[in-house]
Amino acid sequence: MILVLCETDPATGEVDEVSLETLALARALSTEGGGVAVRAVVVGPVADTDAVAATLGGHGATEVRHATGDGVASFGGAAWATALDAVRQETGSVAVLAGGTPRGNEVVAHLAARLAVPMAANVVSFEGLSPLTVRRQVAGGVALEEMRLSNRPALLTVAGHAWQAEETGAGPATWVESTVDVPAEELVARVVRTAERAADESGSLTSAPVVVGAGRGAGGPDGFGPVTELAELLGGAVGVTRVVTSLGWRPHHEQVGQTGSRISPDLYVACGISGAIQHWAGCASSRAILAVNTDPEAPMMTRATYAVVGDMHEVVPAIVEEIRKRG
Amino acid sequence: MTRVLAAVKRVADTSGEVVLTEDGQGLDGRFAGWTIGDHDACAVELAIRVAEAGDGSVTVLSVGAPEAVEQIRSALALGAGAGILVETDPSAMGPADVAAEIAAVVSGAAEAGEPYDLVVLGNDAADTGDFQVPIRLAHLVGRPIVTGARMLEVADGVLVAQVQGPYGDETYELPLPAVAAVLEGGAEPRYPSLRGRMAAKKVEIDVRAPAGSPSGSGRVRWHVPPAASGEAEVLGEGPAAAPAVVEVLERLGVLR
Ligand SMILES: Cc1cc2nc3c(=O)[nH]c(=O)nc-3n(C[C@H](O)[C@H](O)[C@H](O)COP(=O)(O)OP(=O)(O)OC[C@H]3O[C@@H](n4cnc5c(N)ncnc54)[C@H](O)[C@@H]3O)c2cc1C
Repeated sequence: MILVLCETDPATGEVDEVSLETLALARALSTEGGGVAVRAVVVGPVADTDAVAATLGGHGATEVRHATGDGVASFGGAAWATALDAVRQETGSVAVLAGGTPRGNEVVAHLAARLAVPMAANVVSFEGLSPLTVRRQVAGGVALEEMRLSNRPALLTVAGHAWQAEETGAGPATWVESTVDVPAEELVARVVRTAERAADESGSLTSAPVVVGAGRGAGGPDGFGPVTELAELLGGAVGVTRVVTSLGWRPHHEQVGQTGSRISPDLYVACGISGAIQHWAGCASSRAILAVNTDPEAPMMTRATYAVVGDMHEVVPAIVEEIRKRG
Repeated sequence: MTRVLAAVKRVADTSGEVVLTEDGQGLDGRFAGWTIGDHDACAVELAIRVAEAGDGSVTVLSVGAPEAVEQIRSALALGAGAGILVETDPSAMGPADVAAEIAAVVSGAAEAGEPYDLVVLGNDAADTGDFQVPIRLAHLVGRPIVTGARMLEVADGVLVAQVQGPYGDETYELPLPAVAAVLEGGAEPRYPSLRGRMAAKKVEIDVRAPAGSPSGSGRVRWHVPPAASGEAEVLGEGPAAAPAVVEVLERLGVLR
């Protein structure tokens, strides 16, 4: 039995993409292990149980355990680990997986601490089952660690975009409700308030189909006009480098990279960005990259799929104009 | 009087090239130099802010090689008052081992009647990225923990932490004593003053032997994936490239 902690948006009921990618890795593990069952666990309020059962079933989970109760109504790492552990014990799971998101890593780390077993964070692949040997991202994604997980249960989280979510065509998963009792001492650290982010600060960066990025080449806080315009025209989001956030030109939540967001849009337009490894770590899994830079030798220019040599202050407005002309 | 312990890790600087040690067991910092991770740097900054606001003190702790005193001193130069080094071979230690060593320091201070109200750490180490040390530590010392914190404030024995959650900005309120794992980006770390640097040189660092023997991390070895091919298709120069760019946008299906 392989158990996968899946995250859903409590307001829309949408399943987090990384959870679906994690299910894909779980299925591959299951196949390698002779076809053991893959089950999903969802903790806390769910907006639309039918939709979640259909999505998770369609991605290979035969059953969804829905853990509810006062103790898990709002997020708390220790409380959610209690819920996850209860399901793990009920189902006799030999492996517990979650997406390598802040929550996935937090909950699985609580479980690892509680069971005093190792955990592998941000796994990208596995290479053998006995012992389970995984490769995981280290150093902010610029290197990989090969690691053995000999203990049971094997605990791991899966790096975003390391696996492709895949529909199996199966019908909805069986939905099983289970109420969890969380001891009072595990409720001490949990979210007491959530303030919705303003629309322009939404987490759209990681899910946008197109990201238009700009770095120091933007020249200052006023240099982002055409960049924002292009992002809007393409229905995308603006992403920036750390230089840009450190200088206070743009807010931190727009930062792409090792210490910012990891993105994997269909297209990343990187304007005036050198392509330092810490930035590259955050955008390497983009399907295509178009670099605009005055320096044809900049690492971003040589690593990109497409390159335009030139001043972003001239090139980006010209692209915007060309799109408008054709639209 | 808030007594804060800030734990930092000495890591190889990877802002230039990433070089592995010959045995593939980690990053080689001999050429690039050594630093502390960005999350750790913010943890130190927030520790100092909490201490300043609460008329308290910051002790900096590192579990690592003898040279980690350099990182301890750089935090002392920013305003921490005391430093502890648990001297070990960090390459032999897994996240559970590091957490156990920090827990031993925390428990020892409590037994000596000088407990830390708050322990702050970076959310994950810049090199091994295990995402576990703060949580394992919290379990070992029986304290509540918040992770991913970008801002911390202590008032009336309560730690208020701000976290950027997946669906909005979240607030946690934890009774002290507590543990907080800090994520880079909420506060800009300060620079050391000349006075701070001079004062840091004079602080005697409390060097200790490890409390336990390490069980390791399960690491086999590290790899650096080969760089991307470097075969970009050049679409043109300057504004004249715009039509070619738009054709690519159409081909990729991203033009709406
Ligand atoms: C531990 C650590 C973590 C880090 N994390 C991150 C991270 O998460 N994200 C991140 O981005 N960085 C991160 N960095 C910083 C990273 O190393 C680089 O410093 C940063 O990405 C560089 O940003 P940049 O490309 O905007 O600036 P620069 O490196 O200064 O490059 C600017 C580029 O713009 C080009 N340019 C200049 N003017 C123009 C123009 N008018 N038109 C077109 N091109 C122009 C130049 O040729 C150059 O290639 C981190 C660093 C460290 C040490």
